Amino acid sequence: MTPQSHFMVVAPLAAGREADLRALLASMNTQPGLADPHHSLLPFAQFTQLHFARFVLLDDALQADLTTLGLPRPRLPTYLAFMGDCDGPARACLEAMAQRAGAGLGRIFAHCEGFTQGTDLTTWMRAHDRPLAATYVHWRGRSVQQIREEAALQQALSQRVPRSIDADAQRTHQYLRSFVDAEVLAGHLHLTPPAPTPLGWQVANLVHLVGVPLVGLVLLPLFILLLPWLIYALRQRETTDPVLCPRPDPVALQELQDIEDFDVSNQYTAIGPVKPGRFRRGLVTVLLVLIDYACRHVFIRGHLARVQTIHFARWAFLDDKSRVVFTSNYDGSHQGYMDDFINKVAWGLNLVFGNGIGWPRTDWLILGGARHEQPFKYFQRRHQIPTQVWYKAYPGLTLADLQRNQRIRAGLENPAPTDAELQDWLRLL
Amino acid sequence: MNEFDDIQGIVRFGYKRHTEACFVLLQVQDATAARAWLATAPVASAATAEPPPATVLQLALTSEGLRALGVPEDTVAAFSSEFIVGMGTDPSRARRLGDTGANAPSQWQWGTGARVPHVLLMLYALPGHLAAWQAHIEADIAPGFTLLARLPCADLGEVEPFGFKDGISQPTLDWDRTRPAVDAEHTTYSNLSCLGETLLGYPNEYGGYTDRPLLPPQPALPRAEEAPDRADLGRNGSYLVLRQLQQDVQGFWHWLDGVAEHHTATRETLAAALVGRKMDGRPLADAPPGDPNAFTYAADPRGTRCPLGAHVRRANPRTADLPPGEPGFIGWLTRTLGFDAPALAQDRVASTRFHRLLRRGREYRTTESGLYFICLGANIARQFEFVQAAWLNAPQFAGLHDETDPLVGTREPAQDGFSIPQPTGPDQRISGLPQFVTVRGGAYFFLPGIRALRYLGTA
Repeated sequence: MTPQSHFMVVAPLAAGREADLRALLASMNTQPGLADPHHSLLPFAQFTQLHFARFVLLDDALQADLTTLGLPRPRLPTYLAFMGDCDGPARACLEAMAQRAGAGLGRIFAHCEGFTQGTDLTTWMRAHDRPLAATYVHWRGRSVQQIREEAALQQALSQRVPRSIDADAQRTHQYLRSFVDAEVLAGHLHLTPPAPTPLGWQVANLVHLVGVPLVGLVLLPLFILLLPWLIYALRQRETTDPVLCPRPDPVALQELQDIEDFDVSNQYTAIGPVKPGRFRRGLVTVLLVLIDYACRHVFIRGHLARVQTIHFARWAFLDDKSRVVFTSNYDGSHQGYMDDFINKVAWGLNLVFGNGIGWPRTDWLILGGARHEQPFKYFQRRHQIPTQVWYKAYPGLTLADLQRNQRIRAGLENPAPTDAELQDWLRLL
Repeated sequence: MNEFDDIQGIVRFGYKRHTEACFVLLQVQDATAARAWLATAPVASAATAEPPPATVLQLALTSEGLRALGVPEDTVAAFSSEFIVGMGTDPSRARRLGDTGANAPSQWQWGTGARVPHVLLMLYALPGHLAAWQAHIEADIAPGFTLLARLPCADLGEVEPFGFKDGISQPTLDWDRTRPAVDAEHTTYSNLSCLGETLLGYPNEYGGYTDRPLLPPQPALPRAEEAPDRADLGRNGSYLVLRQLQQDVQGFWHWLDGVAEHHTATRETLAAALVGRKMDGRPLADAPPGDPNAFTYAADPRGTRCPLGAHVRRANPRTADLPPGEPGFIGWLTRTLGFDAPALAQDRVASTRFHRLLRRGREYRTTESGLYFICLGANIARQFEFVQAAWLNAPQFAGLHDETDPLVGTREPAQDGFSIPQPTGPDQRISGLPQFVTVRGGAYFFLPGIRALRYLGTA
C-alpha cells in the first residue's frame, strides 16, 4: 500500500507583489481557476504521484469581523499557500517538483518574503511546509497510478463485456480474464501490483494508533475532574457567543461560482478566525486531534461518516492558532456538497467549525449550528475564498468511479469467484 | 388558519379543468401605468374553488421587473441571490444548470439580454373562454407594458408531448401545518411537504425561513412570523421557475424504434425504462393498485425494476434523511456514522424532503412541441437548481457514470449513455443517446401573495 501524504507550503507575500502574483497564477489556468496540467511554469501532470494541488492566496478577509465584535484585530499579511496531496512522502514530491520545475516554482515564490535569487528552493519549501492539524483521505493507499490503470481497465472491459442477458457468468469471467491478460502482454493495459507499505510509515501509524488513546487515558482523570467546569464553560459560551452570518457579498459570491463546475469535482477553500480565548483555542486543538485520529484510523475506506464525495480534506492552523484554514476536493456541485454536509454530518461540522467566530448557534457542540440552513449557507460562502489554481490528476472521474474500478479489478483478479460474486461483479461493468 | 385568499391560486390548483391557457411575457413600458394596473389586476386567489371561475389570471415578476417598476434596490437585494441574478444571464449558472451547447442562453428565444421578461401573466380559461379573456387583459395592460412574447399552451389531456401521463407526483402541501416544521430526522419518505418549502414566510423542513424582503411595517402587508416588527413582502408568495423545453417527439420515438429494431413492445419497454413510468403513468417500481404515487425505491436499490438513472427516479428519488436499515439506536448510529455497508451504498442520494418541486407546467404545440416547465419553491438554489444540477444533470448521480438524465440531461461527450440494470449479468447499456429536450428560454420569477402584489402596485 502506498500511503498518501500532504504538503502545505505557506509564506507571506512580499510588499506590493500581490497583483503580479495574481496575474502570474491566472496565466497557469486553462479556465478560470482550473490549472493547465501541462503548463510550463509547473507541469502538474508530470508528477504522477500528485492527486490534487492548488495555489491560493490566504488574505485578511473576515478579520474585520473581529472589529465588528469589538475585538482587537491583528494586522496579518496575505499568504501564498501551495497545497497538494500525493502518493508517498510529501517531501519527495516537493523535491521532485523543485528538481524538474524549479525555475517556474522559483518565479512563483519570488513573490514571497525572504525568497531571493540565491534561495535554495527545496530547503525553502521544506522550511515553509506547515504541519497540518488534521487530514482526510477518501481511500488510503489508492495511488494515482492505480486510479489511472483501473480507469483504463474499466474502459476496456465495459466495451468488451458481452451484454446478452443469458451469458454464462463463469465463462464471461474466463473470457474477460484472458482478454485482459493478452492486453497486458501487448502493453495496452497495465496492472501494476500494489507497492509494499513502507515499514517506517507502519511503525509511525501504529505509534499514533496506540499513542493518542494512551495520552487520552493519562489525561482522563483530569478531564473527569474538570468536566463540570468544562460543561459550564461550554454552555455559557454557546448561549452567548455572537452569531455573525450576513449574506455574502454578491461580487465575491459570483467570483466563487465562476470557477466552479468545470469538472465532476470541485474544490473548496475556507478561512476564518477562531473565537477568542483559551477555552475555544484549547477546544479546537483537542477536537482537531480527535478528528485527525478518526480520519487516520477509522474513516480510511471510502466515507467520512455518511459523506462519500470527499477526495481529500485538510485543516490547518495559521497565525498562532488564531485562524483555521480548511480545504477539500469533492464530487458534485457546491450546492450538493453543502446540502450533503447539512443533512448528513452537521454534527461533525459543528464540532470543528463551531469554534469559528460567527458560526450559527450550536447546542452541546453538535446540535443546531449547520442545521440552521440559511445562516450556515451564508457563513460557509462568506468564509470561502477563491482558489487561484486548482489541479486534479484524474478529471472526469468521481469517487464512485474510482471505487467501482477498484472493485472491477479485484473481481477480475479473483481466481475462483462464486456465482453470486460474479453476478455482483458483472453489474459493475 | 390558512390564508387562501392571499395566495395565488396556482399554488393550490393545477387548473386542470381550465384546458385553455396562454402565458404572456411583458416588459414594463411606463412604470406608473404598470403599477396602477398591478394594484387592481384581477388575480385569482387560492380560496376560489367551486364552481371554478371561467377565467383565471396569475401573475409573477422577475427582479428586472421589480426594478423597472421602481422597487427600491435594497428591497430587490433582499430576495434570494438566484432570483436577483436570474436564470439566463450568468455563465456559471448556465454551466451548473446544463444550459450549454444547444441549451445555451445565447440560443434562447427569450430570457436573456433585451429579451428578459419583467412580468409573466398566466391566463387560464374554461373551454371557449380564452380568446376574449386574453384580448381583454392585453388591452388592459397596454398603457403600462409592452408584449415580449406569447407562449400559447396546448391541451394534450394530462399527457406530455412524448405521450406519457404527466403531473402525477407533486408533493402534497401541508396546508394545515400538521407536519412538524422542526429540524428532526425523518426516517421515512413522505409526499407531504412543509408549507415553507413552497410558500415564503412559513417555516420549512429545517424549521427555518428563506430569503425574501422584510420591510418596515406597512399597513398593507402582513408581519413576518419570525420577526413580528417587520412587514413580510414574501408572505404567501413563492419563487416560480419557468423554462421552455422543446421536445423532439419524432426524434425520440424514431431513435427508440431504431434501438428496439422496430418491435413495438420493446420500444415501449425501453421508453418506460428511460422515464421510469409506463405511458399510462404506472411506475416501474412497486406501487399499490390505484395509487401511482405510493412507493419508494427502497426495495429496488440496484435499479433492476426502475433504472437508477430513469427520469422520474433522478427527479424525485423518494429518499428519507437516513437510508433504510436496522431499527433501534444501534442501527441508527451505525447508519449515521456510515458503517452500515448496504445503507451506505444507497446513501449517495439522500433527503428528498429538502428538494421538493411543486410542478405546475403546461404543454405546448406550435411549430414545435414541448413543455412550459413551471415549478414553485421557496428556495431556488436548494430546490430547482439542486435537482437540475445534482440529480438530473449529474453524471455521478447514485454512483452512475457517463450518463445524465435520459430525457432532459445535457449531452456532453461521454455523457450520452444510459444503463438498465438486469437481475443477472451486466447492465444493458445504451450509448449515443441523442438530446431529446432543448431549452428555449427561461427565467426566475417572484409569484407574490395578493396583498404583496397590491403593495407593489401602490407603493
